[in-house]
Amino acid sequence: MIAKPSIPDVLREPGAQIGKPVSRVDGRLKVTGGAKYAAEFSAPGLAHGYIVSSTIARGRITRIDTSAALALPGVLHVFTHENRPSLAWFDRKWKDDDAPKGSPFRPLYDAEIIHSLQPVALVVAESFELARYAARLVQVEYEAAPHRTDLHAHRDDTFTPGKDKGGFQPPPKPRGDADRALAEAEVSVDLEFTQATEHHNPMEMHASTVIHHEDGTLAVYDKTQGAQNSHSWICNVFNLSKSDVRVLSPFVGGAFGSGLRPQHQLFMAVLAATQLKRSVRVELSRPQMFSFGHRPETIQRVALGARKDGTLTALIHEAVQESSQNENYVEIVVNWSGQQYKCDNVRLDYKLCRLDVHTPLDQRAPGAATGVPALEIAMDELAHKLGMDPVELRLKNYTDTDPNTGKPFSSKELRACFQQGAERFGWAKRNPKPRSMREGRQLIGWGMASGVWDAMQGQAVAKATLGVDGRLTVGSATADIGTGTYTVMTQIAADVLGLSVKDVTFHLGDSSLPMAPIEGGSWTVSSVGSAVKAACDRVRDRLVTAASKMKGGPLAGIGNQEVVFADGHLVAKADPSRRVSITDVMRASELLTIEEEARSVPYLLARSRHALGTHSAIFAEVRVDEGLGTVQVTRVVSAIAAGRIINPKTARSQIMGAVVWGIGMALEEETFTDHTLGRYMNHDIAEYHIPVNADVHDIDVIFVEEHDEVVNPLGAKGVGEIGIVGVPAAIANAIFHATGVRVCDLPITVDKILEGLRRNRGD
Amino acid sequence: MPHPMGFAPPPPEVMAVTLTVNGVETTLQVAPWTSLLDALRLHLDLTGTKKGCDHGQCGACTVLVDGRRINSCLTLAVMQDGRSVTTIEGLASGDTLHPLQKAFVENDAFQCGYCTPGQICSAAGLLAEGKAKTDDDIRELMSGNLCRCGAYPNIVKAIRQVMGEGGA
Repeated sequence: MIAKPSIPDVLREPGAQIGKPVSRVDGRLKVTGGAKYAAEFSAPGLAHGYIVSSTIARGRITRIDTSAALALPGVLHVFTHENRPSLAWFDRKWKDDDAPKGSPFRPLYDAEIIHSLQPVALVVAESFELARYAARLVQVEYEAAPHRTDLHAHRDDTFTPGKDKGGFQPPPKPRGDADRALAEAEVSVDLEFTQATEHHNPMEMHASTVIHHEDGTLAVYDKTQGAQNSHSWICNVFNLSKSDVRVLSPFVGGAFGSGLRPQHQLFMAVLAATQLKRSVRVELSRPQMFSFGHRPETIQRVALGARKDGTLTALIHEAVQESSQNENYVEIVVNWSGQQYKCDNVRLDYKLCRLDVHTPLDQRAPGAATGVPALEIAMDELAHKLGMDPVELRLKNYTDTDPNTGKPFSSKELRACFQQGAERFGWAKRNPKPRSMREGRQLIGWGMASGVWDAMQGQAVAKATLGVDGRLTVGSATADIGTGTYTVMTQIAADVLGLSVKDVTFHLGDSSLPMAPIEGGSWTVSSVGSAVKAACDRVRDRLVTAASKMKGGPLAGIGNQEVVFADGHLVAKADPSRRVSITDVMRASELLTIEEEARSVPYLLARSRHALGTHSAIFAEVRVDEGLGTVQVTRVVSAIAAGRIINPKTARSQIMGAVVWGIGMALEEETFTDHTLGRYMNHDIAEYHIPVNADVHDIDVIFVEEHDEVVNPLGAKGVGEIGIVGVPAAIANAIFHATGVRVCDLPITVDKILEGLRRNRGD
Repeated sequence: MPHPMGFAPPPPEVMAVTLTVNGVETTLQVAPWTSLLDALRLHLDLTGTKKGCDHGQCGACTVLVDGRRINSCLTLAVMQDGRSVTTIEGLASGDTLHPLQKAFVENDAFQCGYCTPGQICSAAGLLAEGKAKTDDDIRELMSGNLCRCGAYPNIVKAIRQVMGEGGA
């Protein structure tokens, strides 16, 4: 019997490239040292700037003596608030795309000091070493004013913020009477949590190189998550013509949110370049990486009430978080708690406390990374009190609608995450009793938690240009901070036109490219990916029209839906032998290039009728040394529901890396403040601990199938944040299971575990 | 702050330093306060070697000096006079990637790529040392190279793959 000809696998539409584990298209550049980051661009006569940082937390500069620095041959200038040029006056000119409500920090603006490590001068010299040396010779005298940096001391001096930042929603109104339900609950838990201040610490320190051209135009290489954000900010602040400035950031050495707002090194480099009419580079030192945004310190209370069968009857989540004196940095901390479980009595509360610190800044899964672990540790404690399996308790209170809004989720495969994650981990074999597993001095524990993040989308524009040689170039002013943007956008474009990824080049990190929003919040695939698809769809439509009009051509008269694209060809769906190459279509139509630009806009109506989010279930194994209190996270299984996965290789890396962040958050990361000085004490990466290779063991990532037609035309939700959310709770819960010690102060350091072990022994 | 000597000493004079970098002998005029890292990045435009902390805390600046891995920010260029330095730019042979470079790409052993040159040079040093036998050995002996993106499991896989192929 002769088999009926079927469409070969590569002709599936869509999906020939989407879903493939393609190796990073920029991988070769990154492993050969060919990828250039902001501080690695140069120009003849490049001058070097070095920043002088304040030593007090609050007060005024009374005198700056720059004479010793200026006396050195090769020192070009020392910029201070006393000699700065005229700058924008209105706050709105200093606002950027991620600015919260308030008055943004203005470097070198006046004598006022509002946080420790504030930049107070910029020394510019012929060499880096000379600038660094001269910076030490700048003498700054201050009149210090009383400061407050201790959140715990001022936790009652708070205010309730409004809708003070894009993407922020204040907590919903209370449902039912949570306090009464808690008091009457058959079983309850009431816990206080603290989350330490954390700093992003990307491996690349923030840097900007400004190339000053003879005609006065500037090419600005900046470490940023939004080239257009940096571009409009410096144009506004310095009153520069937009066409005279181009911001470029082809490679970004990690950012994790630190590049969402233009940082002061950009200001300094532009200031020096425009004033000295020279090319200038300013690179922060590692200690200076602690001089701007951070994940804010947070105090939380989570109280849960339940019936004996596990039904949640009361849920209270309160949070107090630090912000600066000048801006209301806000993030969604408590709202997720009203969304994750079915519960009739819910009260959520979020307050800010002003401290003399730099304004906090979004850090990977801002808010959720802080708030969800508190909820999920409380849920674990509740499960323990109920004598119920933690997965069972979560399933008991599972919801397919968002209780905050009553809207159904566009898709939510969290059940599948629980099931597949538990199975991969071997959760069924768990003895629920704490301290039930031991190997010598090692107490072994298994814990789990769930996670949630939004599936946001913004508007974006992409331009696609197809050449007669069959090569496609696509561009949008987004960023690749290690997330894989270059690669997944290349795949999306190649997928539409049936090309090999080798035939597609994607451009990003350039303010002159079509509009893209700042890269954050896991919305880049959704926003920019949709624009790339839309632009390529238009190219595709033009090719089909042209092929259809080719008289006597193999596809003459064919309709748009009757064609698939594969191997650089247009192919009739019904008869794969009818095919014509893209090149032949363009030649026949006398087209040298096809150029199309498209703007993607979220499905606003469908989105408004749904709740949209990514979800996860995390299972962790720890080994705790009973004598030393040290913790090793030996195994993590993270099951993720995030819609369609464009590239399982890079997406897996995103989740794996976020689990590593979760390990850091659970066990290591903490910026300590000396409140007497109002100054961070461990501002370098020897003292601020992030996970090292030996801290990380098996991490197993599962992407569960999830189909979503509301989120965007790609059905992809983005995976940058979801991987971290809940991980600290899974680890904390595993530590409880191993030791019987419940620690609610993150990070869970050795001292806290030892103290708990002592307490439990009755010492 | 005022200088402890009560005055600011003048910047040091430059000196001639000869290094063989990626097989090419080069004489540089650098001041004694210039680190090997800054000599590579700022004087030779070999920016593949990265600056992540400038204090020997992160390993991003790892290069091979006479075949041994070192943090190039913790040594001065003048101290390496006459030595042979291999940087990430010197690992591939023409268009053919070093087995570690290839394995890093295949295993997605990086994300942002900033620590990657240091990781790869460090891994080359590790293989030459011949001490690492197990995954735990690799983890321990690669712990001087921080990766904020958290690519560690894939870094271990990439190195193990090359070890399995009989080294480099």
